[in-house]
Amino acid sequence: MEDILPVIEKKLRETFDADILSAEMAGDFPVFTIKKDKIIDVVKFLYDDAEMQFRFLTDLCGVHFPDNKGHELGVIYHLHNMRRNWRIRLRVFFALNDATVPTLTTVFSGANWMERETYDFYGITFKGHPNLKRILNVDDLGGFPMLKEYPLEDPTRDDKDDKFFGR
Amino acid sequence: MSQDKKQKGRMVQQNAPETAEKLEEKEYSILNLGPSHPATHGVFQNILKMDGEIIVDSEPTIGYIHRAFEKLAERRPYNQITPITDRLNYCSSPINNMGWHMTVEKLIKAELPKRVQYMRVIIMELSRIADHLVCNSVIGVDAGALTGFVYVFEEREKIYEIFESICGARLTTNIGRIGGFERDFTDVTWAKLKKFMKEFPAVLKEFEKLLVRNRIFMDRTIGAGAISAERALNYSFTGPNLRAAGVDYDVRVMNPYSSYEDFKFDIPIGTNGDTYDRFMVREHEIWESYSIIQQAIEKIEAIPTKEFHADVPEFYLPPKEEVYNNMEALIYHFKIVMGETDIPKGEIYHAVEGGNGELGFYLISDGGRQPYRLHFRRPCFIYYQAYPEMIRGNMLSDAIVTMSSMNVIAGELDA
Amino acid sequence: MDTVLKDSNIKVVGAPAGIEGPGFMATSLDKVVGMARKNSLWPLPFATSCCGIEFMATMAAHYDLGRFGAERLSFSPRQADLLMVMGTIAKKMAPILKQVYLQMAEPRWVLSMGACASSGGIFDTYSVLQGIDRIIPVDVYVPGCPPRPEQVIDGILKIQDLVQNESIRRRETPQYKAMLAQYGIE
Repeated sequence: MEDILPVIEKKLRETFDADILSAEMAGDFPVFTIKKDKIIDVVKFLYDDAEMQFRFLTDLCGVHFPDNKGHELGVIYHLHNMRRNWRIRLRVFFALNDATVPTLTTVFSGANWMERETYDFYGITFKGHPNLKRILNVDDLGGFPMLKEYPLEDPTRDDKDDKFFGR
Repeated sequence: MSQDKKQKGRMVQQNAPETAEKLEEKEYSILNLGPSHPATHGVFQNILKMDGEIIVDSEPTIGYIHRAFEKLAERRPYNQITPITDRLNYCSSPINNMGWHMTVEKLIKAELPKRVQYMRVIIMELSRIADHLVCNSVIGVDAGALTGFVYVFEEREKIYEIFESICGARLTTNIGRIGGFERDFTDVTWAKLKKFMKEFPAVLKEFEKLLVRNRIFMDRTIGAGAISAERALNYSFTGPNLRAAGVDYDVRVMNPYSSYEDFKFDIPIGTNGDTYDRFMVREHEIWESYSIIQQAIEKIEAIPTKEFHADVPEFYLPPKEEVYNNMEALIYHFKIVMGETDIPKGEIYHAVEGGNGELGFYLISDGGRQPYRLHFRRPCFIYYQAYPEMIRGNMLSDAIVTMSSMNVIAGELDA
Repeated sequence: MDTVLKDSNIKVVGAPAGIEGPGFMATSLDKVVGMARKNSLWPLPFATSCCGIEFMATMAAHYDLGRFGAERLSFSPRQADLLMVMGTIAKKMAPILKQVYLQMAEPRWVLSMGACASSGGIFDTYSVLQGIDRIIPVDVYVPGCPPRPEQVIDGILKIQDLVQNESIRRRETPQYKAMLAQYGIE
């Protein structure tokens, strides 16, 4: 898949040069880091363009890198062009106190629950989402569990002795 | 007769009010299709707004079996994550296990011998048959036909016995290792497999005779829960649900893994995307899987050697005789068990064709013994969000059959 | 009846010990009620995850559970005797489980199938209830992940022992009521 990276990069830079922060290969996927506010325009461009035709959203998830100050949270999009079998990954990164990303539900209906899950786990708000509330956890959880500082175990449980469980 | 049903279906949809003003005029009843369901679908809730028997709107709630797999995976070393992947789509857990092992092998850039890949293909196709058998028989049960269920579960027992002779467990198998299998298939396994291959077609034909051209079943399922191919692609459907809508997308053909390109098989597709099409697509996929297993058995018998794992000593435990006698093997054993292996850094996305569609593993490794981030792309979670659109305008009994034909497995929905 | 079945290998449930005579039989009510109850337990399969699939295999023809009288699965709590909790119970699901238990009529028994229902299983996380005995009283625990159908049948046989030897006044005793009060159930 290395040969499609220059093709897509050239096409994207024609329209969005200032917003593409990086373009590289990760494993066998071309990966592009995009500026947060332009992500929907980029995805829509890749959807509509006759040569790009990325019409399938494979996945949407969040990540948390507490060590990257100013870029702690991120949203990762995996897109797929089924006609030519091209797969790419788009990333947006932003700080903890700036965790709002425009919603992808205008382009792909399938992004609805994926964004709700990302909100539930990381606290990232998606502006314009029709129904942004928690989906997997209980509504009164208070906290976003996939952030690195949130504990895995329930701290109030009393039947499991941590010293036997190696914690 | 089926034309009348389609007519009825269209009439029913025209009656579903489209504007908000019309909604205010009528009084709708709210029905809770609650998390505690009859039989085996798993736990998810639907609050239905009904106009008599016709569904006007619905709101699904999930998360009743959220077990925090992704958070749990950040705490476990790579070979301890396999039991978690078992419990995603637990009707076909070997596919999840193999998918995870292939993801790690992609990260460490391991090459597997052909024989191991063919063995993996046999296991994955057997579990695909098992998953589709459950789904199809449960569609029958929800429409009222319990006999097929009992016939088909006997075949599932035979598949369970094959898995048990390989890895010791029936359902949540934890089968295979990073790099191959823990031991070669024994003679008992081959005997059970060959017996299964001989007896299965007759039973499946018997099951088909019960349901496929059954007047009542066809009337219940044709036209129920239809979705068009454009909407399905927009909702990121994959697997048999997408193929029933008419799109021939199969990860085994698009991005072949584990030597699937060496096998010859067809991809069945449907036309309307309704329940009957989903049922028939799964039926035909069972036959295709059967043919793939036959080809794999022939290919394995043509290979003279008997290897069952790749040469990745840093991840695959060496045999005990070498550990006790050989210094190198002892060091590898120590490093693997104590978690001192050097794992390369990287970002990998690998997808396999699970029982329900494209099951993806997105792994970010930072070189530590546990993954930094592991995300499961779960097909059930993604296509279940289209359920309200699929049942709008249908009757309640159609909604039940649609839900069971989508094969929603709660473990994969919530993870 | 005896002459027909003498040579077959079908086991028939024997009559309880008592005083017999021509045309009558006297025994204690507990024994008769226990025998009737144990051979006609109607389970409520509260299946949430993988253990539910193993339960389906137990109900199927190979490991038939219907032999023990559990042929009619009831999904309505009001008509069920035995609540079989199969699979992980998350904290989101716990109130629903409690409500189902409360809707069941006495006498009711609870069988917890699988490691997740008994103690949380391998999921020691913030979202999983670490064992259903935190919210409802349990009679028999069947460990395993998932338990083999033979283990489930063994659990049902233990429930049958409990049912047979239970006094018919047990549900009114103050000790039983105190135990229910511990769980906050009236």
